[in-house]
Amino acid sequence: MKHTISIQVYNHSGVLARVAGLFSRRGYNIESIAVGVTEDPDISRMTIVVEGDEHIVEQITKNVHKLIDVLKVSDISQEDTVDRELALIKVAADTSNRSDILQIVDIFRAHIVDVSEKSVVVEIVGDEQKLEAIIQLLRPYGIKELTRTGKISMVRGSKPQSIPSRRIASA
Amino acid sequence: MAIRLNKDDERRKIKRMTGAQAFVQALIDTDVDTVFGYPGGAVLSIYDALYDAPIRHILVRHEQGAAHAADGYARATGRPGVCLATSGPGATNLVTGIATAYMDSIPMVAFTGNVAQGLLGTDAFQEADITGITLPVTKHNYLVRSAKDLPKVIREAFHIASTGRPGPVLVDLPKDISIAQVDYEYPETVDLPGYKPTYKGHIRQILEAAYAISAAEKPLLYVGGGAVASGAHELLAQLAEKTNIPVTTTLMGLGAFPGTHRLFLGMLGMHGTVAANWAVCECDLLIAVGARFDDRVTGKLDQFAPNAKVIHIDIDPAEIGKNVPVDIPIVGDVAAVLEVLLEKVSPKSANAWLTQVEQWKQEYPLAYDKPETGELMPQEAIETLYKKTAGKAVVAGDVWQHQMWIAQYYKFDNPRHHLSSGGLGTMGYGFPAAIGAAVAKPDAEVWAVCGDGSFQMNAQELSTAATYDIPVKIMIINNSYLGMVRQWQELFFRQRYSNSHLMPNPDFVKLAEAHGVPGVTVKNRAQLEEAVHTAQNTSGPYLIDVHVVPEANVFPMVPAGGALSDMVGIRGRLES
Repeated sequence: MKHTISIQVYNHSGVLARVAGLFSRRGYNIESIAVGVTEDPDISRMTIVVEGDEHIVEQITKNVHKLIDVLKVSDISQEDTVDRELALIKVAADTSNRSDILQIVDIFRAHIVDVSEKSVVVEIVGDEQKLEAIIQLLRPYGIKELTRTGKISMVRGSKPQSIPSRRIASA
Repeated sequence: MAIRLNKDDERRKIKRMTGAQAFVQALIDTDVDTVFGYPGGAVLSIYDALYDAPIRHILVRHEQGAAHAADGYARATGRPGVCLATSGPGATNLVTGIATAYMDSIPMVAFTGNVAQGLLGTDAFQEADITGITLPVTKHNYLVRSAKDLPKVIREAFHIASTGRPGPVLVDLPKDISIAQVDYEYPETVDLPGYKPTYKGHIRQILEAAYAISAAEKPLLYVGGGAVASGAHELLAQLAEKTNIPVTTTLMGLGAFPGTHRLFLGMLGMHGTVAANWAVCECDLLIAVGARFDDRVTGKLDQFAPNAKVIHIDIDPAEIGKNVPVDIPIVGDVAAVLEVLLEKVSPKSANAWLTQVEQWKQEYPLAYDKPETGELMPQEAIETLYKKTAGKAVVAGDVWQHQMWIAQYYKFDNPRHHLSSGGLGTMGYGFPAAIGAAVAKPDAEVWAVCGDGSFQMNAQELSTAATYDIPVKIMIINNSYLGMVRQWQELFFRQRYSNSHLMPNPDFVKLAEAHGVPGVTVKNRAQLEEAVHTAQNTSGPYLIDVHVVPEANVFPMVPAGGALSDMVGIRGRLES
């Protein structure tokens, strides 16, 4: 199954390589990874999406816990979360079909952020399903370029997003 | 070397010095007494600062020797071993030694020089991205970016290496760091919010374990290197005696429980004893103590301890459930957990199960046939060493056949006496590790028992032993083969001995003499006993080249991929 893993790390050089190395040594391909600073400028949050066997992902997660630069790790796949991803999609468009594309963009509450004679660039924010849906609909017009940020997630409600990293340790 | 600043700084013990001096001062403040190393361009300033420092530096002849010697120092004492190398090839030569320590959870701090920060990443002369290279084989590593961070980084490195599940830490020092001026201040505490190992086991889990032990009819203690690392050998013996539970250990666990104890079944696994492996197959409760269910221990996983409930005590939560499902996990330091468990568990008297395993022990002892020609069997050589050293020596083994014979025939009664590369299986480990142990424990009798193949991987350290007159006694179990490779080729590759024959070997005694180390070649038991006696009465290093029967095999044996119940050679030879 697909796992979403949220990791809080110190902003040290090499920390991304340390985390990624624990996935690659088991032959796991990280599907997406999004990194950025948190409310504390010394700390970054990584959101990693990875497909894999539950037992092995759990073992990798435990190893991520052990990294000195890692403060908190949580597998939030089962949590009730807000998930967002941004995509930029360059679609072939001319005067004959531009209005059709605009309609699709409107329905999805996406935006046109660049227009030229032969193309438009669509910006869309949403969860994975929404992104997949608009990509599907735009594909027939000809997608010339596509880039995605990877998913970021936050647990709904007032409780803190992450479980303390050492919860497993005291089990 | 230090110029005092103002009064305020003096009170806070701040001194102005170079990065190299700060490096040495931080080692002194961390109570480092010995460094194994090899100089080079990127660490010249550091070597200059070491020149008149109150730290013993042992100049090895190859950086791999430095890493293994630091490892041997650590295994023999429990204190982190320290090695130092220059940038590029100096650093990469440490890697095998670092990986060896990592696989066996040995505390070590490795320092490497690097090119100046301005040149990092430019393929400068003798540059290697050693923090990148060692990422998967260190517990943590540092690239020092500012000289003022040195004391803090060094303090942290030793803390990380020696606490929790121990392991190697590497600190990379660009050349400009060691020449920069710095206000030295040694931190009083370590502040690592992302690093908090769990020492105390969860009481509810321990109570559950105590209950499971009471309920079990056929319990078995399966003990690994974690019991040695946490110094739990006495508690372990008390627990086994209070509950009359038989004990088997892994290669790394040898010495954590007395090898001559009535409850000891010997090592388990691929070359384990019949009693130990059958006990695993039959037990209804397996108590894993600081062990990690390595594939050389378990054989075929789904048939490992098939009838047993599993208790797993380990300080590393990532080991719990990694290979084998666990019924009662206890995350914590082995000694801390055993102390509570020992108090909570009810005494048990000897039962039918114990009678059963004792019967296996009597009926299927380790065995080998002695040839009528009077040639020495390798097992006999180890038995002779055991007898002549009264089982008290520190024995550093190399890797493969002789490593298994040490494990089988040298009955270690004490922890930190058996040094062996268990996880990585590094040929060439034994001799430099023995040097490290002998430097750490000058009063101990230290033996390096090596294969003729393994010894040649780090034979250059004969110079180190001779230079410092380090009293390491070397026993080469010389069968003119890469013996374990030959054994597998005999058993599984139709006796096609591809590249496993080491003829002609060098004359090891002449090789030793060329380095200034005396030695003797022996070919029978009487000569061997005399040679060991001579070695024991020689103050410095001594080498014994023991010519043994070339085609002896290690038995019993679980063929690769087999279950522990598939053991062959249980009478010391293949049953026809």
